[in-house]
Amino acid sequence: MSSTLDVPLGWARWRRSWWYHATYYAQTWRGSVASTVLFPIFYLASLGVGVGHLVSAHTGLVQGQTYLHFIAPSLLATTTMQLGEGESLWPVLAAVKWIRSYHAAAATPLEPEDILTGKLAWVVTRAFATGIVYTIVIGSFGALQSWWALTLPFLGALITLAFSAPLVAFAARSQSDGPFTAIYRFAFVPMFLFSATFYPVSAYPGYLRPFVQFVPLYHGVALARAAAFGEGSWGAVTLHLLFLVAMAVAGIAWGRRTMRHRLVD
Amino acid sequence: MIGPILEARELVKRFGELEAVKGVSFTIERGESFGFLGPNGAGKTSTMRMISAVSRPSSGSLTILGLDPSTHGPEIRGRIGVVPQEDTLELELSVRQNLEMFGRYFDLPHAILRERASELLEFAQLSERANDKVDDLSGGMKRRLTIARALINRPELLILDEPTTGLDPQARHLLWERLYRLKREGVTQIITTHYMDEAEQLCDRLVVMDHGSIVAEGPPRELIARHSTREVVELRFGTDSHEELHDRLAPFAQRIEVLPDRILLYVDEGDDTLREIHEVGIVPMSALVRRSSLEDVFLRLTGRTLVD
Repeated sequence: MSSTLDVPLGWARWRRSWWYHATYYAQTWRGSVASTVLFPIFYLASLGVGVGHLVSAHTGLVQGQTYLHFIAPSLLATTTMQLGEGESLWPVLAAVKWIRSYHAAAATPLEPEDILTGKLAWVVTRAFATGIVYTIVIGSFGALQSWWALTLPFLGALITLAFSAPLVAFAARSQSDGPFTAIYRFAFVPMFLFSATFYPVSAYPGYLRPFVQFVPLYHGVALARAAAFGEGSWGAVTLHLLFLVAMAVAGIAWGRRTMRHRLVD
Repeated sequence: MIGPILEARELVKRFGELEAVKGVSFTIERGESFGFLGPNGAGKTSTMRMISAVSRPSSGSLTILGLDPSTHGPEIRGRIGVVPQEDTLELELSVRQNLEMFGRYFDLPHAILRERASELLEFAQLSERANDKVDDLSGGMKRRLTIARALINRPELLILDEPTTGLDPQARHLLWERLYRLKREGVTQIITTHYMDEAEQLCDRLVVMDHGSIVAEGPPRELIARHSTREVVELRFGTDSHEELHDRLAPFAQRIEVLPDRILLYVDEGDDTLREIHEVGIVPMSALVRRSSLEDVFLRLTGRTLVD
């Protein structure tokens, strides 16, 4: 074979890794699309309508909203968190240890940082698409009351990135999936349940309320509600955004180190 | 390009306290098939990772395709192909998809990828399996697909880490035949193996590695001529008293090696030696006369066998 240099080098090598993930997904997407559309409908129908019926009988409105409308935006936050988790732990460990597809990628022009960026860009792409679907579903249940709701897909992408980046970093340095189950049970399930997802923070006793501020998902839930209802102070919104951005930035910085260490050193 | 395709001087790779590669130097010319022979843990894979422009040497100098991998890593990797020890294929995807998707990493346009994938499927004798899931392929087929994948960017240099480990003899020969074809087409090859027959078959020149160092270098035939005798007599006795036998057999050979299961006599004319032994009344359970191989070179240089 003749020696040809048909490899344009330089800018944005990461988009090749993004393409790889996108192509892979294009071959295997069918199951996930059905669940992306059906899950929020089932969820809102059962909890929002069913449990909502009981809540309205007992307490009436929750922070000025019907129970269905109150929990609908938090569904977007919890789902995008779970997307970040599901895409980042086992798949990344498989790629660095079991299937070793990231090692294969590291033998091509891609640098470990490109592989990381492409991966996160792909996860964010999926989160954004999921965010659009969820915004439409939530809207069709009548839970969107402000033009700010158009930012929900972007918020979803940010929430996914905030969780995905540190989890990718962690998975890239893991030797087994043992700790993943613990992370799921002792971090993600409690966050799902206790981030003011199903009731306002005011339901907690006063001495517990400050601690909710340290639960990452709480900031996602609060942002989603603020966007859906067009309410919330600029100060609070800025704080929530900063919290998630800080998680993403720290996660990316950590991931650049763990990916390089795993793939190249 | 003038000059060697790869030049390494005093390469060292350290992992914490462990020094996996202890200052190796070698030069590889264009069009050559160059081998690294050594047992597991000899430092072959660490060396491969450095000369694939993936891992950085802890010290020493390295030039690949005339470029410095510490500053031109992506460019170098764009022009070489790597066949890792494990296949690292996407099992859920089809044979063709594996080739085309990997080509994305080299930023090759889709039209070119389709064309090359067809060519490479032909080369790897997988055209009929193009749309099958990789999971359903045999070990030999997966290996050929991994090699085809490494050729998607038409590399000038192909680096193969243990290309036939775990394959049955038929699959190995088919793979060797494909590698000869690549060599005829002018692709420089670097091959690690712990199979001496593979090294003898595939390599124009090789280095023998042990404990992170190079202990010998040269063409296979020359290494054998330099470090071993023409023939070897392998004797098996159904007894443990090898020590006593050693003393009795030593006068008949230029060199003698006592292994747990057999005794090796290094001689020039094996049949003559065998006759002489019989004449003095030493009767082995079985006897075999064979030509010296790289295995004998390795045994001579390290005191150990290649494959335990």
